[in-house]
Amino acid sequence: MSLELRSLSVTTQGTNLFAPVDLVIAKGEVACVMGPSGIGKSTLLNAIGGHLNNDFFITGSVFLNDKEMTETPVNKRHIGILFQDPLLFPHLSVGDNLAFGLTSTLGGTKQRRAEIDHALDNAELSGFYHRNPATLSGGQQSRVALMRALLAQPKALLLDEPFSKLDLELRHTMREFLFLQARQRHIPVILVTHDPAEAASVNGPVVVLRSTR
Amino acid sequence: MSFSSWPKWFMLTALAVGILVPVLVGLGETIWAAFGILPALGRHTFSLNAWQQLFELPGLATSLRLTLVSGFVATTMALTLALFGSAWVYNTSGKESFLTKLKPFVQAILVPILAAPHAAIAIGLAFLLAPSGWLARLFSPWLTAWELPPNLATVQDLWGLSLAVGLIIKELPFLWLVSLVALKQIDVSRQLSLAQSMGYSHTNAWCKIIVPQLYPLIRLPVFVVLVYSLSTVDMAQMLGPNNPPTLALATMRWYNDTNVYLLLPASAASVLLGILIAASVLLWEAAVRAAMFTGRVMIRSGDRTSNYSFFTGVLTTTLLITVMLGLLSLLVLALWSITWRWSFPDALPASWSYGYWLQLMTHVPSALQHSLIVALMSSGLALTLAVAWLEVQDRLGGQLYKLTLWFIYLPLLVPQIAFLYGLKVGFLRLGLNGSMMTVIWAHLLFVFPYTMLSLVDSWRALDKRYVQVATSLGRSSWSCFWRIKVSLLLRPLLLAWAIGIAVSISQYLPTLMIGAGRVESLTIEAVSLASGADRRLVGVYGLLQALVPLMAYSFALLLPRLVALRK
Repeated sequence: MSLELRSLSVTTQGTNLFAPVDLVIAKGEVACVMGPSGIGKSTLLNAIGGHLNNDFFITGSVFLNDKEMTETPVNKRHIGILFQDPLLFPHLSVGDNLAFGLTSTLGGTKQRRAEIDHALDNAELSGFYHRNPATLSGGQQSRVALMRALLAQPKALLLDEPFSKLDLELRHTMREFLFLQARQRHIPVILVTHDPAEAASVNGPVVVLRSTR
Repeated sequence: MSFSSWPKWFMLTALAVGILVPVLVGLGETIWAAFGILPALGRHTFSLNAWQQLFELPGLATSLRLTLVSGFVATTMALTLALFGSAWVYNTSGKESFLTKLKPFVQAILVPILAAPHAAIAIGLAFLLAPSGWLARLFSPWLTAWELPPNLATVQDLWGLSLAVGLIIKELPFLWLVSLVALKQIDVSRQLSLAQSMGYSHTNAWCKIIVPQLYPLIRLPVFVVLVYSLSTVDMAQMLGPNNPPTLALATMRWYNDTNVYLLLPASAASVLLGILIAASVLLWEAAVRAAMFTGRVMIRSGDRTSNYSFFTGVLTTTLLITVMLGLLSLLVLALWSITWRWSFPDALPASWSYGYWLQLMTHVPSALQHSLIVALMSSGLALTLAVAWLEVQDRLGGQLYKLTLWFIYLPLLVPQIAFLYGLKVGFLRLGLNGSMMTVIWAHLLFVFPYTMLSLVDSWRALDKRYVQVATSLGRSSWSCFWRIKVSLLLRPLLLAWAIGIAVSISQYLPTLMIGAGRVESLTIEAVSLASGADRRLVGVYGLLQALVPLMAYSFALLLPRLVALRK
């Protein structure tokens, strides 16, 4: 599975936010997107994921596994996204958050529960099924958020500075965990970051967004 | 100037005396009377006679059925449509269709419907849906072959459905706006994006993620709507059946019966209504919990494929029809007010006249005068109290907030008919009755909660640092208050005031019962005229009723702009 961006750019109110981006990310690869503040890194991710509202126009195209995604509705793209905050749904327990993410192709209450427990073990959060997300630490919440996104079996993953609120050591651990998951699941990943160390640690292409002026 | 905590206790006492005491006194008197103690009639002993009488009165069971059906149908539909409407507003990334272009238009129509009093909408809807109403006239005789109005009960039908429709028209904008305000506290767009990236459609995600977080924030307003729907008298009179009527209307009739001894079973009926409402609220919450439980089971199954589009289609149509009916109800009032002659089945009046309006300008009716005085006084007082309360809480810490919220909502959660009569008796004992002051106080009970609620979010959202910076620059608290808070919050303050005006104009029972006939109001005039034959006069009063709040809103929206321009 590969993710391809062909001359992708976003326009709003008549102005082009950044110079068109060309990028190919192979399966298992993690690419990095950097750029000055306010240039539109989050907007780029939203464009790839399909989350932009009608105030924005997209030029260029997005291809996932050689299928054009630009016109596909957001819930059919199977492109996962993670934001800066874990955003665990507060009205659901940790386990139910994961159950929400778990793809519906897996049926049966017992099998689903087993899958979720397996994911919790993977994230070193065994036995946390019935916990209230608000009682978890920042690092734990980030892990649950990542597992939730991965349980949906996305074909690609977009991450908008998801570890920026964690301390250095935790950030390193989460990154390694993320890279491992990407390789194991053979999915392309795009990581937006401000941190040059993070950019240096990825195994894929690094793109720096530039303004058009 | 240093503040001790006496302002806090002063405010608490003021609230207790101003709001809690009247409600408790009213309820107390009603309960006493229900159990046989009404000294004015020479009844001093506890007895269950009143209850026996009540159960022997004709049509009680039908009244109960009617009340429950219209109340629950109205509240459920209004809430469903409001939740769906909110989802619609937040759906900014769909295809651009005819419907998306309608969004701002629909949101604009909500304002007059919200501002118009319940009675005005009810009268307008009756004029619209009646067998001889505007809808029948528009489609006759070319579609329906009716030369004379048909013998159909489209209004005042036996199941209370037209009453439910009227209630939905009024409650939908209220719940929708309350929802939109509450949604600002939730990170809606990012949570929806997350859910959609996992394969859920917009509506699916809305139901499973947003609604469960939203409901606790709008729980109290939903209760207010449920209580009103079960206990309304003015809307029931216009749109509900006459024989037998809803329980609240029947109780009103027993209160006003020439046989004064019916006061006792009437009080028993009030208590029964109160119990019915309490049970309904509990039943509602139980149903909500059951729904949440079912929702969680559905979430665990991770199902994403359910096709919500049929559901969505039906709800969008219903939403649009409801809003259009509201608009047409107000329009038909306007049409009738300038009609000279309009016979069935003409689609529009045959001849026009401004006669009634001109008459109004030369001889301002006392109903208008009294309504304006009561509205201005009660909303002014309510705003002052609300601001004082919020300012005191700001300076002294607000741990009491949650408790006082229920406390402030109390007059809205108790059916009006259950305690207003008792309150009237209470006032009589104190030698106060039928005066402008007592009516203003009675209105204040209902205006204050709405004023407070519409103000509290904007007040709290004001960045505290503005005041901190000002005090560090050496300004006194009082000066800070005026120059900074009030001028930054001018728009929310004026809107809260306008809402107060709208609520006051809408009140029917308080003026009727506490005013004892000496204080008139536009609503009372409109409702009593509506049972007569001159729709033109009713149109004038109905429209006037709706215009006063609308003008207050316009003032509230324009003044800040004028102030800004002068700077």
